[in-house]
Amino acid sequence: MGFSQRHLLGIEPLRPADIDCILDLAERYVDLNRAASKHGEALAGLTQINMFFEASTRTQASFELAGKRLGADVMNMAMQASSLKKGETLIDTALTLNAMHPDLLVVRHPQSGAVDLLAQKVNCAVLNAGDGRHEHPTQALLDALTIRRAKGRLHRLNIAICGDIAHSRVARSNILLLGKMENRVRLVGPPTLMPAGISEFGVEVYEDMEAGLRDVDVVMMLRLQKERMDGGFIPSEREYYHRFGLNSAKLAAAKADAIVMHPGPMNRGVEIDGEIADDINRSVIQEQVEMGVAVRMAAMDLLAQGLRREAMG
Amino acid sequence: MMRSVFINARLVDPEAGTVARGALEVEDGRIVRRIEGEVAPDGGEVIDCGGKCLAPGIVDLGVKVCEPGERHKESYRTAGLAAAAGGVTTMITRPDTLPAIDTPETLEFVTRRANEEAPVRVLCMAALTKGREGREMTEIGFLLDAGAVAFTDCDRVVSDTKVLSRALTYARSLGALVIGHPQDPGLSAGAAATSGKFASLRGLPAVSPMAERMALDRDIALIEMTGARYHADQITTARALPALARAKANGLDVTAGTSIHHLTLNEFDVADYRTFFKLKPPLRAEADRLAVVEALRSGLIDVISSMHTPQDEESKRLPFEMAASGAVGLETLLPAAMRLHHSDGIELPTLFRALSLNPARRLGLDCGHLGAGAPADLVLFDPDAPFVLDRWTMLSKSKNTPFDGARLQGRVLGTWVAGRAVHGEMTDA
Repeated sequence: MGFSQRHLLGIEPLRPADIDCILDLAERYVDLNRAASKHGEALAGLTQINMFFEASTRTQASFELAGKRLGADVMNMAMQASSLKKGETLIDTALTLNAMHPDLLVVRHPQSGAVDLLAQKVNCAVLNAGDGRHEHPTQALLDALTIRRAKGRLHRLNIAICGDIAHSRVARSNILLLGKMENRVRLVGPPTLMPAGISEFGVEVYEDMEAGLRDVDVVMMLRLQKERMDGGFIPSEREYYHRFGLNSAKLAAAKADAIVMHPGPMNRGVEIDGEIADDINRSVIQEQVEMGVAVRMAAMDLLAQGLRREAMG
Repeated sequence: MMRSVFINARLVDPEAGTVARGALEVEDGRIVRRIEGEVAPDGGEVIDCGGKCLAPGIVDLGVKVCEPGERHKESYRTAGLAAAAGGVTTMITRPDTLPAIDTPETLEFVTRRANEEAPVRVLCMAALTKGREGREMTEIGFLLDAGAVAFTDCDRVVSDTKVLSRALTYARSLGALVIGHPQDPGLSAGAAATSGKFASLRGLPAVSPMAERMALDRDIALIEMTGARYHADQITTARALPALARAKANGLDVTAGTSIHHLTLNEFDVADYRTFFKLKPPLRAEADRLAVVEALRSGLIDVISSMHTPQDEESKRLPFEMAASGAVGLETLLPAAMRLHHSDGIELPTLFRALSLNPARRLGLDCGHLGAGAPADLVLFDPDAPFVLDRWTMLSKSKNTPFDGARLQGRVLGTWVAGRAVHGEMTDA
């Protein structure tokens, strides 16, 4: 079965077959990225614009590299410094860029739903690189590829997602993806960092870290934003680390071969102990970054194939 | 002497709770008498209602007309035409304009604009505190003299209970009605949706429905303390209803309204960030909607309003969180209310009790019923006529309706204010 989507706006609209489709193609790009010559032609002649309305180093670099490796002409636009400061609306910005005939638009925006709104106004394929607290689909896909390669499968696994679930688009996309692929998902964290209605998500919720990590195959840590540390959502950084920071004692509750993941950038000593982050037997954090480029190459390749089919009628 | 007879009508009488065939005799802008059954016209103008429903015109409590300040969103002219087209014969306007209507001078300005421009009756509410800032009370006495019918800071909740208790005490001494917006300001800060699975999946900042009950509880306690006359503008959650019932049972002078949108839509209608469904308070869960419909049926909820809030296209074409709140409703109030009739089994007299009779009584107006002596403010409508709403056909200057493209049933055929036709083609037989 082929890829069914015109855009990649989130995990929510994807079928399991779409997810397999992206991951299978990404495996091939992992090999390409490890080869001496890293050039593909899948996006040759196409124009990719990266519009980041929110600061990003890693995701933007990953999308840029993915586009360049497949031969696209890539342009980066740091939108914080740009026209929005002059009062232009998101839609006008989108229409302006649309007039330049891009083929792929990669968008990050601090507001939930902003990328959906933009996708309604342009003719090209839009990839969501993170919108507010809503979704970050390529992150969930790269996490899925990392898990699949480490565990040999992407179903019937026990996976704990730990930390600030409420404000995390990474958590939302992962909950949706891992659920669609029939895994058991646990959420671990203080109740002030859990979204409302969480009991209806088809997940198990734990407020105790060790209980939450018991016998899991995968431990997925989330970044805790600095501005949430002081008194508002949790009492203090040190109390958070004590109760929810991942260290070897807490990790001992998980399966002996459990892997540790983190979307980065990490706060060592806040949500994760430096020793675990660097443990090559447990941590797959560097591999996640590698998979990120491959997954983004695959996603853009599939969307470009769709554009070509559309152009041919 | 101007005399006219509306014949061949189904008279919707919210006082008697009946719908009956009959005729209505009108003289010099007032209802003279009801005639049961068929009637042979004997002089004067004859209006054949064609067997359709004739009801007291709607008294819409809480309409925003954007004068002064934002006339590009809605003027008294366009709001008045929209009201006439929607069967609204009296608009009770809100003071949340720019600047706020908080002095007798501003109130006189808008009253004059309204009388010049609008084909329907317009009565104005004034702010409860200066600039709607929640610090100092307005000149309630002067504003009453200038014609203010109620006092409200609209969606800005007076959070300082000392300020509110003094304003309530002062208002009580003058018999002024105070209208509150029960939303706990802390819990609801920044919220764009009602908390729950849907808001969490969409990643939207959300408010617990408990914020409504907390604020209503607070307001009721202050009413018990001060003895003021109080109306809650929008009760939209199941959790607030027992508190409202207790206050009424305890004999406090408390009434409550709700918006037509909260009665007919729920949070899922937001779907993929559709900003025309962004309201204040936000749309609720279906269980809440059903509870509020039941409260309307039982009479616990007294008033249905459109909460007409015009917003221009630009302020809605934004990411959901940044988009402006509110929806226009003057023209869709009656057809949407017919959804309650057709889908939720609410009887027509019950609907017009909440649309016309109760708001008129609460504000001390003599309209809202079909009794002898009442002003001939009337709406003729076909409760069954189906249509698909095209928002660009609406008369409101702003077109931000959540019912665009919706299949609705119930059309306004004619509207009369003081016996004078202000809308429709059925002005003579």
